[in-house]
Parts: sequence; C-alpha cells; structure tokens
Amino acid sequence: MSEVNAAPTRPGANGDVVIDVQHLTKKFDGRAVVRDLSMQVKRGTIYGFLGPNGSGKTTTIRMLCGLLTPDEGTGTCLGYDIRTQTDKIKTQVGYMTQRFSLYQDLSVRENLEFIGRIYGLENPRAAARAAIKRLGLSGREDQLAGELSGGWKQRLALGACTLPAPQLLLLDEPTAGVDPKARREFWNEIHALAADGLTVLVSTHYMDEAERCHEIAYIAYGELLVHGTVKHVIAASHLTTYVVSANSGALNELSQDLTGKPGVDMVAPFGTSLHVSGRDGAALEAGIAPYRRRADLDWKKSEPSLEDVFIDLMIKAQDNFK
Amino acid sequence: MSHIIPSETPRRRQGNGFWRKTWAVLIKEFIQLQRDRVSFGMIVMIPLMQLLLFGYAINTTPRNLPTAVLLQERSDVGRSILAAFANTGYFRVTELPATEAELDRLLASGKVLFGVEIPANFERALRRGEVPSMLVIADATDPVAAGSALGALNRVVQTALAHDYAIPDAGAPAFEIRTHARYNPAGKTELNIVPGLVGTILTMTMLIFTALSVTREIERGTMENLLAMPITPIEIMLGKILPYVVVGFVQAAMIIGVGIVLFHVPVLGSLFVLAGLSTLFIATNLSIGYTFSTVAQNQLQAMQMSIMFFLPNILLSGFMFPFAGMPVWAQWVGEMLPLTHYLRIVRSIMLKGATLSDLHYDALAMAGLMLVAMTIAVTRFRRTLD
Repeated sequence: MSEVNAAPTRPGANGDVVIDVQHLTKKFDGRAVVRDLSMQVKRGTIYGFLGPNGSGKTTTIRMLCGLLTPDEGTGTCLGYDIRTQTDKIKTQVGYMTQRFSLYQDLSVRENLEFIGRIYGLENPRAAARAAIKRLGLSGREDQLAGELSGGWKQRLALGACTLPAPQLLLLDEPTAGVDPKARREFWNEIHALAADGLTVLVSTHYMDEAERCHEIAYIAYGELLVHGTVKHVIAASHLTTYVVSANSGALNELSQDLTGKPGVDMVAPFGTSLHVSGRDGAALEAGIAPYRRRADLDWKKSEPSLEDVFIDLMIKAQDNFK
Repeated sequence: MSHIIPSETPRRRQGNGFWRKTWAVLIKEFIQLQRDRVSFGMIVMIPLMQLLLFGYAINTTPRNLPTAVLLQERSDVGRSILAAFANTGYFRVTELPATEAELDRLLASGKVLFGVEIPANFERALRRGEVPSMLVIADATDPVAAGSALGALNRVVQTALAHDYAIPDAGAPAFEIRTHARYNPAGKTELNIVPGLVGTILTMTMLIFTALSVTREIERGTMENLLAMPITPIEIMLGKILPYVVVGFVQAAMIIGVGIVLFHVPVLGSLFVLAGLSTLFIATNLSIGYTFSTVAQNQLQAMQMSIMFFLPNILLSGFMFPFAGMPVWAQWVGEMLPLTHYLRIVRSIMLKGATLSDLHYDALAMAGLMLVAMTIAVTRFRRTLD
C-alpha cells in the first residue's frame, strides 16, 4: 500500500515526463532573464533548446539542475522538486556546461576518476577506463585535459557527464566551436544515448542541429515562444517564403530594395540566393510583385527554413518587448 | 549588419604614438582598479594598519610585564619591595602564589614572565645587616622582553628601599637580588626565534594554500561543474583542507628538525603533544584561508585578505615583539589570532617542557577559532550560482 503512495515522487513516475516545470521566472538585479516559462520533456526525447544569445537558455538549464533557484514558478525534474530536492536531482543529471569546466590540470583519466568517485561509482577506475575506450580517447588518457583540442575537450566533457549513467542530460551549447565532423559524431552519440532511454535537453544555435532534435523549443527574451516538432514549428509560423536566385550584385541591390517594403518582413541572404519572407502571404505577394517580372531574378515559392522561422520569431518578440 | 562598419572612415593620428598608447593602458588600469574595491581598500588599509600597529601597539622595551610574587613572610619591607617593583613600570604584580610549585606552573604556562620570591626572615636579616638575598626568576625564552626589566631592577629597588627605610645606601647593597634567567639562561635569541618561525611560516603557507582554493575553481570555471555534482559544502571544504594538513605537518617537522640540528633548540616537552597541537594549528590556519576563499571574489582578493590577516599575526602575536608589552587592546586582538596561541604552545613545549595541562587554554582557543572559521566558510559557501 505504501508503495502506491510513494510512487509519484519516484523519478519518471509522473507519466513519462522527465522535465515538468510551470511559470518559471528568474531575475538578476531586477531584470527578468527567464519569464513565465513552462515546458514538458518526455523520457527518451532529444529536446532542442534554441534562442539567441542572452535569451535565457543557460539560466533555464541551471534552474533545472539546481544551480539556480527560480524566483517564481514550480516544477519537477525527474520527479524531484526543483526547489527542494536539488540534491536528489544532482545524482541523476549529467550537466555539460557551456564553458569547458573539467580540471585542465588533471589528465583525462584523472578527471573521469574524480567524477566517478563523487557519484559513488563502485569502481571509478574501471568506469574511467571504459569511458576512455568508449570515447575513443585511448592513447590520450594521460594527457592533461587543458591540452586537448576543442573537439576532444567536448568529447571528454560529454564522456564526463554521461559517466555516472544519468537519466537526464543537460547540454549547454555542446557543439560551439567544434568542427562539422566532430559535431556529426557528437549527434550520432546523442541519438544512440536517447535510443537507450536517456533524455537529452540540448541548447544550440545551429539550425541543422535543431533539425536533428525530436522536439524543439524557441526561447527569446526569456520567453518560450514556440515548441513542438520541427514540422509543427514551421507550419505554425504561417510564414510565406520566396527564394530568389541571381548573381550576387543583383541580389545585394534587391536585398536593399526589399528591406522595409510593406508585406516584406524578412530578407536574408543565403549564399547565391535570397530568402524573402512575410507573415501575410497576400501582402508579401503585393510587395514583391514589381520585382517578380525582372528577367535576371529567378523567384521560387518555398517552405520557410527553420532559420527564417526563428528570425521572424525573434523580430516579433523584439517588437513585443519594445 | 552592414552598420557594424562605420560609414565614415575615422581618421587616425600620425606618428608612433608612444605616449598615446601608454595613456590608453593607464586609463584602462585605473578603470580596473576602481572596479576592484578590495584592492582599492588595501591601498588605504595596509599603510594605516602598519602605522597604527607599529605606532601604538608595539613596544620593544615592554612595560607592565605580568609578575608573580611569592611572599614567604608578611612584612613591611616585602610590601615596600613590591611597591618599588611596580614603580619601575616594568613589572605588574598579577599573581600571588602560595607555593614554589605554583610559581613554577605560572611561569611554565606563560601566565607570568617574572617570579619574585622573598624568603622567610628577610626583614630580620636585612635589619641585622646580613645582606639577605631575594630571588627573581625571569622567563628568558624571549631575551628582549626580560632583558630591559632585569636591567632596571637592581638599581631602582635599592634606592626605593633606601628612601623608605633610611637604610644607608653606602655603596654596599643591603640585600642581594639573585636573578635567574630560566629556560634560556644564555639569552640566545635563536631559541626564541626558531619555535616562533615554525608558527609564522606555517601561518603564511597554510593561508595561501586554501585561500586560493575556492576562488581558483570559480575563476577557472570548474565551480559550475562541481556545484552541479552531488557533493555538499562540508565535503568540499574537508576535501580541500585535509591534504594540506599533511603538507603543513611535513613543513613543521622540517623546520623543527632543522632547528634542533643546526640551532640546537631543545624540545623539553613531549614531541607527541607538540605534533598534535601543531596539527591543530595547521588546520586552524587552513580553515581561515578557506574562509577567505569563500568570501573573496577572485584570487587576487583572496591573496590580499591573506596578507591583511598575516600582518597582525606577525606584529601582535608575540613573534617579533613581546606580547606582554603591548597595550591591552592589542593583546585582545592578539588573542583572536591563532599564531598568538601557537607561539605560546610551541615555545612552552620546546623551551619550558610544558605539558598539555599547562596549555589547555591556548589549545582550546585555537580549536575555537578553527570552528568559527569553518562555520563561516560553510555558511558563506554558495551552493548555487544565484
């Protein structure tokens, strides 16, 4: 009988929602960095957290793992209260900080063993050895962590936060400054971990990475503006987009002409093409009509990219903020 | 985005611009100095502290030194001699022990620096012109403190007595003052300095070790990772202090060993008690350093706090200048410093053969200071990044 009563406080018992927070607000010196943020993340999901610099991504992640106390709002992480049970949360969460935060003057192996000991692994040496092998760091285990290149540092950091086999991974811009190959390998790793039932919350600036997530959320000025699958987010934007191809001189000129025209909300260059988007389809059509007849420009209607959607959201949020 | 590049190309000055660039760095440094309030405070505090301490607290010819008087007879002459002692300004009678054993204990524990013994039948012998002798025992562990007082003794007491009792001051003294420089009869300063150095060196090195330990984690960004892990502030504190207890112990053993071999400093008391109380002293300093580390915002501030703490330790603990010679307020400050207590302990054990029961006050004081420091450190330690 008592087990039934105890059930709701057990990790993951709350349906299969791993993160469940409502109306989180965090202020620094009276300035709200996160405002009224609510979100749910299900077990086994890779949840992408997107937003411009200073939008409150890191602050939200820190509130989830007990590094910051929310000023307002409530919620649970792995079934534990994020205000009162941070000690419990910390034992089950792997947190990869934005800045490399392992000991630069310890070797790869020493760093991993240290973490293994803190989390109380039975055999930290063996765990570290296994992790070194898994991460492909064999041969570098005695190198100082500070001497590793960016890609290897990131791999080590991922290995460190997964070492105690946590139930939830919080990754704060894990691929910033990492080359494309290492990034791809990193994401393959994340998907493999998620397939094993691990829940991953990952913040990023990269649109291609957003598309690798099961679900995404976009946050700007501390507010969660939209969330759902990539498809859902794009569809919900109601954005009409045209892709214009031409030589670069003509595009540059066109870009300047179109910016600020009624109906045209966004003009963004993408290499040899230009994305022209508007929230009101009819108004956009009217706005670009004079240019569509030009022979040197090739107009194509297309689906907006995730980046178009996000930049649009950001502009809207900025308008609301003013 | 095109607005990032200025539309009008700014014009540049001609020439190498040596002073202009120097000026640019100078302005930057001033701004940074102004931001760093603690450094700014140090610029004011350190000279002020030095001036006040050297000017008011330190006295190299100390006066009012605590003295115990053992009167074997109750007589007018005895009282008169006591009054004369006090009149010299060097002695202050604080204890009136009843037995010699009690007098010895007072000296061994460091409660008094002088013991005066006036034997029975002193007055009668004096009146008969037998030239009786009285005994003045000086704690000579610190030859400087004892020296000037002893120098003043003979002359002043003699004249006082002559004045009071019209005992002819005809060259030959009516009685004899036998002085006994106990513990360091040869008056070797190194016997006093070497044990003192054990404490001073330990204070400096231990403070620095832990003063940087938390600020370093913050500055290197490793604190965020550490705080996200399941570990408590007490665990972090003990984990950071304990290794240096071993380091400090090795250091103390080395200094004492060199002192014994090269300077022939004796260890009259128990090495075991010395080791135990030294460990306590090491842990106390490490705790204080760690406390600074939790209060300071960066490594520079932590260093500055350590220096601010080290300064009174050197000046007011009795290491450089006699503790008993300082004004009462300075003695109170001194009592707050672990080095003051450790100096009494280390000197008493090594030079006087003091036992734990002689030193329990100083040992408890150090333990108390350690607990206060640890409590502050644990409460000051920020468990979140709020």
